[in-house]
Amino acid sequence: MKTLFDKLWDAHVVVESADGAALLWVDRHYLHEGSHHAFARLAERGSTVAEPGLTFAFADHYVPTRRGRFIADPDIARMVETLAANARAHGFRLFGLGDPRQGIVHVAGPEQGLTLPGMLVVCGDSHTSTHGALGAWGFGIGATEVAHVLATQTVRQSKPRRMRLTFAGTPGPGIGAKDMALHWIARLGSDGARGHVVEYAGPAVRGLSVEGRLTLCNLSIEGGARAGLVAPDSTTLDWLRGRPFAPADFDRAAESWADLASDADAVFDREVSVDMAEVAPIVTWGTSPADAAPIDATVPDPARAPAAEAARIADALDYMGLRPGQKLTDVVIDQVFIGSCTNARIEDLRAAAAVLAGRRAKVPGLVSPGSSSVKRQAEEEGLDRIFRAAGLDWVDSGCSMCVGMNGDRVAPGKRCASSTNRNFRGRQGPGARTHLMSPAMVAAAAVTGHLADMRPLLDGRS
Amino acid sequence: MSGWTRHEGLAVGLPRQRIDTDQLIPARFMARPRSAGYGQFLLHDLRAEPDFPLAAPEARGASILVTGRDFGGGSSREAAVYALVDAGFRVVIAPSFGDIFAANAVNNGLLPARAATADLLGRLPARLRVDLQTQTITGAGLELPFTIDRVSVTKLINGWDDIDLTTVHRAAIAAFAARRKASAPWLWPLRTGESPPTTGREE
Repeated sequence: MKTLFDKLWDAHVVVESADGAALLWVDRHYLHEGSHHAFARLAERGSTVAEPGLTFAFADHYVPTRRGRFIADPDIARMVETLAANARAHGFRLFGLGDPRQGIVHVAGPEQGLTLPGMLVVCGDSHTSTHGALGAWGFGIGATEVAHVLATQTVRQSKPRRMRLTFAGTPGPGIGAKDMALHWIARLGSDGARGHVVEYAGPAVRGLSVEGRLTLCNLSIEGGARAGLVAPDSTTLDWLRGRPFAPADFDRAAESWADLASDADAVFDREVSVDMAEVAPIVTWGTSPADAAPIDATVPDPARAPAAEAARIADALDYMGLRPGQKLTDVVIDQVFIGSCTNARIEDLRAAAAVLAGRRAKVPGLVSPGSSSVKRQAEEEGLDRIFRAAGLDWVDSGCSMCVGMNGDRVAPGKRCASSTNRNFRGRQGPGARTHLMSPAMVAAAAVTGHLADMRPLLDGRS
Repeated sequence: MSGWTRHEGLAVGLPRQRIDTDQLIPARFMARPRSAGYGQFLLHDLRAEPDFPLAAPEARGASILVTGRDFGGGSSREAAVYALVDAGFRVVIAPSFGDIFAANAVNNGLLPARAATADLLGRLPARLRVDLQTQTITGAGLELPFTIDRVSVTKLINGWDDIDLTTVHRAAIAAFAARRKASAPWLWPLRTGESPPTTGREE
């Protein structure tokens, strides 16, 4: 009577202590340019990397997406070069600038078959929850913990509580993983799942493609969860088989994954159910991913909000330049961004292109594929031509305008419809105003110039 | 990192909810080496606002930050903790914290103390005493219990470095790795040296 998470926990315990903390084995350690703090700690101790063969680095956070990837900023050039120097010195694999497999770690890692069911996956990035989509336990860690994993291939954790989030019913037309994620986060709050590993279950989750599950698990952290999980099934296996780093003896590996599901009588610390009939295309209006509402709603009125939230909502509306009671569809945007570890996989680009085909964007925008492989595939499918014809910039892969570290930023006071994961103040640049939504909804905002329901724009299109 | 059991210092209030780590340190400052000091970047973009509490003269020298719910959510950036520590903070008191932030804080000797802060926020700035052993905050006419897990308390008091603690288990780790490799060899997709690491600059 174990949950999927209990099984993952048990399989990785090296040493358990009486206080409930455990030392856990790490199967996959992903790195990016931000790991420089951890390598500095490692150097201070004179330690080496314990398992370079389980360590994989991707250049994503700081890499340029334009001008032939030329890096003008010396600080950024140093970040990218430091990662390459650490890869050389410690002998781990780097998918760096110029490598055809380069991409955002949470897109490119799974795509390469480096994340597999049953693994414990860590990375110095909170969106490591993404990897749970494949039945792996993935979670983000800080620099001190990254150094610990580098030196020992283990991580210390206290056992999280278990929560099951069941999506019952079937999604309406055009409703996808991003809407499901923002819906539950808006309902439970940005700390609603704090301390819990969330297992996503129910027919609507089973019905999601792996790309959709990656989006759903990616956003687990925005609801405060320690991780998100989807039990592997035939969809998972079909998606993984034949990927470059997938097991050579795939069937034998798949046999060992057969038990990776919660037992029928497993008990969760918390159960939450969402009726898909209530999930609409959703957009955010505030400065937390939990500040989300269906596109046909209005901007909330702080005066009608619970007292504890009123001041924060008023602050958020002030920052966002919105009026209480304003229709969300009346919110005029300045630009769009399609990209990030949340929504820049091939299906995301197809969904946005389906809305944009044969139309012009009324505002400028950037489309940055989740990986260099996604970029090539999109070009083979002609999606790049649709984006360009719509007037959007088609650029290289990286974290780009989701976090603005590479210089792709939204200017102060400008409003961006974005397929990303965080609408925090200043996230896309100082003073930037971010509205989160699905890639298709970003495309709808692009062609109308305001927040808009994408469903009418898909009428008569297959 | 040196351990501590009691701390007394000036507490300053930041009466806001959900200060995420992007607020604590905007991403654009994180390419700098730590040796340069991260204190100057703490809450950088909020400091520009008029009447920002941490910019007030009476907040100078503060080492205890008292704030609202869900402090430190979002990005796993440990730089958010570096910014607080480098600015002189040893304790943050809030009703709740982001899980990754709380772990990062403890790893840097910064106490994330969970307590209801609505009453306390109205009494600041003031000098407070924080006791890890009794898990209490005293001062400003209050005695307030706070919550934190046992593992974190032990670590803060001892100032332990986890790598040192883990090294003791070297043999158990090696045995675990050997068992795992035997039962699931595919978890090691390629051995070091089989193929030279890419340089990141090959075109």
